[in-house]
This record gives sequence, C-alpha cells and structure tokens, in this order.
Amino acid sequence: MQLRLLTTSFLFLVALGAASVAVARDAQPLADDPKLEERVMNISRELRCLVCQNETLADSRADLAVDLRNQIREQMKNGKSDEEVIAFVTARYGDFVLYRPPVRPTTYLLWFGPFILLFGGLIFLFRYVRRRRELIVDAPLTPGERRRAEELLGAGRNVPRPEFHVSSSDAQVEPLNRD
Amino acid sequence: MTRYLIPLALFAVLVVFLAIGLGRNPHEVPSPLIDKPAPAFNLAQLADPAKSFSPAEMRGKVWLLNVWASWCISCRDEHPLLLQVARSGTVPIYGLNYRDKREDALGWLAELGDPYVLSASDLDARVGMDYGVYGAPESYLIDRNGVIRFKQIGPITPDVWEKKILPLAKELNR
Repeated sequence: MQLRLLTTSFLFLVALGAASVAVARDAQPLADDPKLEERVMNISRELRCLVCQNETLADSRADLAVDLRNQIREQMKNGKSDEEVIAFVTARYGDFVLYRPPVRPTTYLLWFGPFILLFGGLIFLFRYVRRRRELIVDAPLTPGERRRAEELLGAGRNVPRPEFHVSSSDAQVEPLNRD
Repeated sequence: MTRYLIPLALFAVLVVFLAIGLGRNPHEVPSPLIDKPAPAFNLAQLADPAKSFSPAEMRGKVWLLNVWASWCISCRDEHPLLLQVARSGTVPIYGLNYRDKREDALGWLAELGDPYVLSASDLDARVGMDYGVYGAPESYLIDRNGVIRFKQIGPITPDVWEKKILPLAKELNR
C-alpha cells in the first residue's frame, strides 16, 4: 500500500516536472531574442487590432492579434524590414490598421484640414479687424459740442473730490497693506 | 440676413457629416482586396482531408467564398439564406472553415444542413489572414478571372443578397 502511494507520488512529481519543462518551452520566444521581440512589440504598437478596434496589436489578446504578432515575428526572423512587415499587414487589412495614416490624396483633408481651418480663421480675423477699423470714422466736434464738452470737463475740475471716495479707497487698500 | 444664414448653413453641414458618421458601422473596414486577385491557397477539404481545394480550380466560374465557423453565432443567422441560395443554384458557395475544430464543424453542418459545394479547413487561420479575415462570417464574391469583386463583412442579409450580391453575380455571369 505504502509502496503504491510512493510510486504515485513519484509519478506525480515526474509529471509536474514535465509540465514545468513544457511551460518553460512555451515562454521561450521572449527570451530567445529580446531585440527581435522589441521590434515586434514596437511595430505592434503602431497597428490596430481589427477585432477590438481600440486596442493595439501589442495589447490585444484576440486570436487574430496573437496570430498577427506571430506572423510579424516570423517575417522579421526571415530578415524582413519594418516597412515590408507593415506592407504585408496593410495589403490584407488596409490602411485602417495604421494608427498613423499615410499621407495620400484620400487623407489630404485629414492631414491638412486643421491647417486650412487655422489659416482660414486667421484670414477671417484679419479682414474682420480691418473692416472694424474702417467703420470707425473721425467725426470732429461742432463748436457747440466742443463748448459743452469743455464746460463739463471744467465743471468736473472745480468740484472737490468727495471725502467718502478717498476714505473708501483707503479702506480697501489698508487691509492689503497690513498683509 | 446672411449673418444668420452662414452659421446655420455651417451647422447643417456639420449635422450631415455627423449623421453619416454615426450611421456607419465601424466594424465594417473596407477591404483593400476588392478588385485584386483572390489570394491562392491549397487547403484540405473538411469532409475528406485527403482531398484538397484551391481557388485556381474555380477559374471560369463566379463563386462565393464564405468564411464560417461552428463557434460563430452570426453564421447561424446567415445559414438559412445560404441554404436557400444553394438550392436555387445561382452561385456556388464554397466554405472556408475558419479557426474551427474539424469534428465541431462537421457536427454543425450535420445539424443545420450543408449549403457548401465543399468547405476548406483553415484551422490555423493562415489563409484567413491572406484574405484579411478578422471575424466570421465574411463572404467574398469572386469572378471568372479569380478577382474578388465584393466582400460582405458579417452575415449576408436577404437585403444584401437581393440588392448587391445577386445583381453583381448575374452581371459577372453574363
């Protein structure tokens, strides 16, 4: 009885060991070539996963993303450049997978639209300001108006400034000074 | 008057653009493969893995390549229509069994009926990648010269069949 227990536990340990070897082998691609893996991840971050569209290929755990990463890794191992790998993916899935859309006639509006809006706005602003300036016309005062204005200004100068104005402004300044 | 009409016109343009944008399905990504030759492949047939299938055999025929899988729920929605099309005999349908298990796929066909002339087994989805498949179902209408003329992403609805695929297939067959 004890012997059987011993053999089963021994077999169990062997199986466990085999499992850990299998796990270690699974993780190998990462340790295999860290430089290659970095390239794979860098390019995957530039590409959109089509299954879950707001995720990059690097972040996604969808089957398609895993397959595409493997495909990219395989191609890079075969000496393909980053551009060739991106061309491979866009030939199949279109420019939509690129987070940085290429400059093409169809994307001109996307790339240059904001600048067109900016310059359009500036031109509008310039013209608006110039037109406003033209609208303000110098209108000289008539002798009667001039006399009235001088009267008002003169009257203002003669009247002593009311006490409360001074004290109230002092009262406003004082607490600030104390600080 | 124009002072008020210009902003109103700009607003109307904006509303039209947003309405079009909202009406679109972001999951329908236009395929770059339209009007390009269908990628070649050579895959084992689902029913008899000893036999193979290649699109090159279909030269001279207008045919539909339908990507399906037993795990795919929308494929079930689409299935009655495919059976109907197969019965009518207008366009032969070939299946691409995508990311599936052979026994599951065979069980699915036995249960729901088999509209396909034959299905090719793309178990590791390599061919699917060449066709830009990113889900199931997807369907490709391929002309006599082996050029992809139309791609349907998601199930083929009776509407899409009547208004897009059938008229195009008839025109290509002429």
